[in-house]
Amino acid sequence: MTDTIVPLSQLPNGASGTVKYLTAQGQVRRHLLDLGLVAGSKIESIRRSPAGNPTAFNIRGAIIALRNEDADQVFVTLDKTMEEKNESHR
Amino acid sequence: MKATDKSCCTEAYEAFGLKLSQNQLVVALAGNPNTGKSTVFNALTGLKQHTGNWPGKTVLRAEGTFVHRNKKILLVDLPGTYSLLATSADEQVARDFLVLGRPHAVIVVADATCLERNLNLVLQVMEITAKVVVCVNLMDEAARRSIKVDIEVLSRELGVPCIPTVARDGKGLTELKDAVLDVATGVTATSPRQVSYEPHVEQAAARIESRIRPYLPGWVNHRWLALRLLEGDMSIIKAIIDHLGNGSEQLLLQEGSAVWAR
Repeated sequence: MTDTIVPLSQLPNGASGTVKYLTAQGQVRRHLLDLGLVAGSKIESIRRSPAGNPTAFNIRGAIIALRNEDADQVFVTLDKTMEEKNESHR
Repeated sequence: MKATDKSCCTEAYEAFGLKLSQNQLVVALAGNPNTGKSTVFNALTGLKQHTGNWPGKTVLRAEGTFVHRNKKILLVDLPGTYSLLATSADEQVARDFLVLGRPHAVIVVADATCLERNLNLVLQVMEITAKVVVCVNLMDEAARRSIKVDIEVLSRELGVPCIPTVARDGKGLTELKDAVLDVATGVTATSPRQVSYEPHVEQAAARIESRIRPYLPGWVNHRWLALRLLEGDMSIIKAIIDHLGNGSEQLLLQEGSAVWAR
């Protein structure tokens, strides 16, 4: 089974994922990389603002809020939840 | 490669609105947000502080003085940033001061609980100047979370002194001051680990470097500047021109644009 890759903006609240690649270019890309969004980084969606934008993420130990426009340009694989892991063991 | 081992002159500081008394050493304080940078600043300077703005910017600046081993030190607090690549006013201020202010030493405060994300800034500062001391702060918090930081290995890998501190409790500050003074006065020679990029990037940077060298004073870090030009960052060129204003600006601008014209 191959992991499905979704934009970071679609990471469900409370779920965590692993950064695969960035589609952002130029200064935005640079900035996202500097915030710790490099391939392999674990990332967790912490909470969403009332309007759904921005969203706060835990990126390598710091809580950082990203706008959806920016989070759309970061692609992650969803980490399996505990239940799913148990499921695949059976 | 020699970065900023030239003696620093008072004019460099006046442009940043700093008044320097005789024999005072200038030390910049950099670091990510929420690393306890302000706590370190307060612990080092006590009540001898001044706050204001950076000239022409709505970015807060704090500066303070302290004396260590009979040396007067002016500590300049830079804005907390994750990077120095000047996408925000804060980053621009921090970068301009490190490049053009030519501090005698730079302290980079890093959070021991999430060290790896802090090392990005450490590496970026070490690309600009060799005179770096890393203050690994929040060691108590790290211990509480069972995180062990091997300071010796970290110092060796980075090639600059790393000092563990708990600034809140004043722990490690004497060692920090010792290390800063030794680096600032040249007693400790550092050999900061340099990031090496892919061959085609290195080659391009080397080409740009040789072309911009004639227009720049020796204390500007040419390799660092070449890498910025390669990224298309013209804001640093403009900052250098504003700072120097010595007539070579047009040529420098041309060289900078030429990089992108092809």
